[in-house]
Amino acid sequence: MRPNLILHVVAKFLIPLIILFALYVQFHGDFGPGGGFQAGVIFSAAFILYSLVFGLDTAEKIIPAHWLRVLAALGVVIYAGVGVLSLLLGGNYLDYTLLAGDQIAGQHLGILLVELGVGITVAAAMLILFFAFAGRGRE
Amino acid sequence: MEDHISLLLVVVPLIAAPVVAVLPRGRSAWAVAFIVAAACAVLAGMQLWAVLTEGAISYELGGWAPPWGIEYRIDAVNAFVALIVAAIAAITLPYALLSVEREIPEEKIPLFYSAMLLCLTGLLGITQTGDIFNVFVFLEISSLASYALISLGRDRQAFTAAYQYLIMGTIGATFYLIGVGLIYSQTGSLNMQDLATLLPGVLHLKTVETGFAFIMIGIALKLALFPLHLWLPNAYTYAPSVVTVFLAATATKVAVYVMLRILGTVFPQGFALTTPADELFIVAGIAGIVIASVYAIYQQNVKRLLAYSSVAQVGYMALGIGFASAAGVTAALVHLFNHALMKGALFMAVGAIIYRIGACRMDQIHGLGRAMPWTFGAIVIGGLSLVGVPGTAGFISKWYLVVAALEQEAWISVAVILMGSLLAVVYVGKLIEALYFKPVTDTGTAVSEAPLLLLVPTWGLVFANVYFGLNTDLTVGVAEKAAAILGGMKP
Repeated sequence: MRPNLILHVVAKFLIPLIILFALYVQFHGDFGPGGGFQAGVIFSAAFILYSLVFGLDTAEKIIPAHWLRVLAALGVVIYAGVGVLSLLLGGNYLDYTLLAGDQIAGQHLGILLVELGVGITVAAAMLILFFAFAGRGRE
Repeated sequence: MEDHISLLLVVVPLIAAPVVAVLPRGRSAWAVAFIVAAACAVLAGMQLWAVLTEGAISYELGGWAPPWGIEYRIDAVNAFVALIVAAIAAITLPYALLSVEREIPEEKIPLFYSAMLLCLTGLLGITQTGDIFNVFVFLEISSLASYALISLGRDRQAFTAAYQYLIMGTIGATFYLIGVGLIYSQTGSLNMQDLATLLPGVLHLKTVETGFAFIMIGIALKLALFPLHLWLPNAYTYAPSVVTVFLAATATKVAVYVMLRILGTVFPQGFALTTPADELFIVAGIAGIVIASVYAIYQQNVKRLLAYSSVAQVGYMALGIGFASAAGVTAALVHLFNHALMKGALFMAVGAIIYRIGACRMDQIHGLGRAMPWTFGAIVIGGLSLVGVPGTAGFISKWYLVVAALEQEAWISVAVILMGSLLAVVYVGKLIEALYFKPVTDTGTAVSEAPLLLLVPTWGLVFANVYFGLNTDLTVGVAEKAAAILGGMKP
């Protein structure tokens, strides 16, 4: 990969901002537009930009492929796990009300956790897709 | 626990799927998948029992009351279909262990079982939910998983087959979604029970009629109703053996269920009769039985032969739906169950042949029946059931179908059903001739009987074919209860 000073500097400046914005969309999703899916896509965009500028091999050193698979699975388990937790607390599946003391706090916590699961899975799945296509023909 | 059966049926395989995906190589992925499938079968059995003894179950997801929240609503119809799906999964998985190790690259095996569980999640979800949009979601979960599963076949054509199915399946699902959207625009509801009360007021609107048409065509694509079956032969032929067994025995059955549910519960009973839908079902059914059976006779690949036979069998179910009488719906449901048994058994037996010789073309299996007597026996009994010989499950479904046809004085349909059986004699006969009466092609290696782990599930289904051919308490009994709920759409 030919080093390009402007690209490197701009990317290093932008990537933290993109990740910060992803986290904002993730955790502000219950008050404003946004949520896990959008946040996951934005989050993965930061990594895709990184691997475009610094090369695929460097990017894969930061997140090895098998960790991506684990993360993709983890998100689904978090989502479904919240549902099971509310089952165990004596409610119906995904009944967030029981997760905290009062109804509003419970619903709040529930949707945040579920969206966190969505965010992790979407970000990981996006990167898996990107690496799958970008890595074609390397071997 | 008792109260949550209907939910656990969907959530247990859903949680197991990502867990299985990250398990190490080896047999742990298979073990988890098998335990989950067996648990689902037990849960589905308990659910059917609960529904039959205590009446319909309603489960509110997230504690939101219907029609605002998503409701799982189980009555005799979907409890019956859910049991079929879960039981077939539980029988297929023991069979899968060796067959998958032979046909799937080792590093993909955990992902394979993960996709199997996702497919099971989707199919069970369709049967459980009482929300027509939720049906679409689960339809996509099961379909996406099955595209991935089909593409894992050993031939490169598997990719084309999966892609073809992806395009056709997506069109089907999109049509269904457009239909749901149109109906939602006029009623403001997605809950099936709620729609049943709201729809009679808006039936005169063209929007609702159009929505009905979109839904019917969309599901007809999914159930491979002739002439929308073009994706099916390739998908079944090139998929790994286990996937063919599982999809052939469950996927189209679930689509038939959705069709019956929309016709019988969501739309007022009798609405289909005011549209050309019922005549179209009969025409498509008749054409499917005759044309697909004739196609089956000329196939050179055993899996493709059975796939075309599946299209013909869907035709029988379409006939039952088209009669729109209680007897017709009963016949369709009975055949739905019995066809799962016979195609499951036949595709398993063919999978055992593939396990041994790595192929299943007509000219490669000459004389194999003598080297693999148990596999051959399974094909013979499964084939007889497909033809509809008395004493097998196939006879029961044909009988009820003919009775339903006679009740309507639909003489052409009666003739076609009988002709379909004769055509089945020809293609099953061709298979048996190749396996037993043709001289052995000398390949230099002796072929031995399939391993026990493949034979036992196969024969389990073969015995089920005979058992449900003699004892019809479960099949016909439940199907009649279910038909009473869905209603004869005609008085």
